[in-house]
Amino acid sequence: MVTSVALSKDQIWDWLDSVPDPEIPVISIVDLGVVRDVAVSEGGVLITITPTYTGCPAMSVIAFDIETALAQKGVKKITLETQIAPAWTTDWLSEKGRARLEDYGIAPPQAAGGPERCPQCKSSNVERISQFGSTPCKAQWRCKSCMEPFDYFKCI
Amino acid sequence: MRDTTSALFEFLLRQGDNALVLGHRTSEWCGMAPVIEEDIALANIALDLIGQAKLWLEYAGEQEEAGRSANDLAFLRDAYDFRNLLMLELPNEDFGRTIMRHFLFDAFQVPWLEALSESSDQRVSDIAQKASKEATYHLERSEYAVIGLGDGTEESNRRMQNALTDLWPFAGEAFRDDNIDRAMHDAAISPLPSMLQPVWKIKVQSTFQLAYLTPPDSEFAHSGGRIGFRHTEHLGHMLATMQFLQRAYPGATW
Repeated sequence: MVTSVALSKDQIWDWLDSVPDPEIPVISIVDLGVVRDVAVSEGGVLITITPTYTGCPAMSVIAFDIETALAQKGVKKITLETQIAPAWTTDWLSEKGRARLEDYGIAPPQAAGGPERCPQCKSSNVERISQFGSTPCKAQWRCKSCMEPFDYFKCI
Repeated sequence: MRDTTSALFEFLLRQGDNALVLGHRTSEWCGMAPVIEEDIALANIALDLIGQAKLWLEYAGEQEEAGRSANDLAFLRDAYDFRNLLMLELPNEDFGRTIMRHFLFDAFQVPWLEALSESSDQRVSDIAQKASKEATYHLERSEYAVIGLGDGTEESNRRMQNALTDLWPFAGEAFRDDNIDRAMHDAAISPLPSMLQPVWKIKVQSTFQLAYLTPPDSEFAHSGGRIGFRHTEHLGHMLATMQFLQRAYPGATW
């Protein structure tokens, strides 16, 4: 059991970094940049989160997962706040998150607007299939070298 | 003070209802689109729009101070209380018309949301900045699709031209200023919609040129949706489907 006095912000960030994104479980919600702030006070912990897309259906699951993860660590009072400004951007994806996405088969976002290379065979000979994909944050691409389709994490 | 507040409420309903009504219409494509990639794209766009609607209507409900939530405003108002553009409530018809409607709306929405990002009202600015990113992405796609289909086969060009001819008389409603717009402009909350018409025209005309499409030579615009004076007969049917669950089982959640 952890008392609120013993809680440090770093500790909370650490715990949150073990909460997987519900739709792309190889990265954490911290990697994704969804957790914006952690504040610890006498009474409890205040976590500020931001949605990736306005209609992202994973937000309520993320909120629930945060509460569950922290409750399991013995945090008693957890308050969640949602903010929309500044608007989420893929610039907030961590380097660790970007590398894990690629290992998982999802090309990480690039400022140029398309994937740098195929996450499977690493060829740069790729083409777009559709600007949208299986979740709001992804688009569908195809590798013209290995002929495999793959997801690309949209850059916004 | 009260006047600005109720004008702001009306203004927020207009933003929210545009997103909600087009979002619902777009969601009707789920499982019906010509190819799976388009099905997924339309479902994603619908999701973005419904997400935006939630943000606007939440704020509208707070401004009204009558205790109505975003869900109450979406599911428990009747057709005459909606403030969306008429163009957005029309039935989907064919895929070409859906794409054309998105393009005409996105080409307005992108400069409009950019302008609202500078709003004197912080919350309006925050929502606009968030929605603006999504709208920009939507416009990229709808513009590309209008050009691809317009400059496609004889059949796709014919359908896109029909869509443009049918929708053109509805496109001008977005730019018709009224007292609410003037109150918002005076409070530096939003620009006058008419101020954006020149930018919009340049955008759509240059796209139509590339798509081998010709808009009708007419400035006539059907109106009445955004001021709530008169909707088309289609909105009530759409709401009957959209609101059925909350009407039949009030307060149902899952």
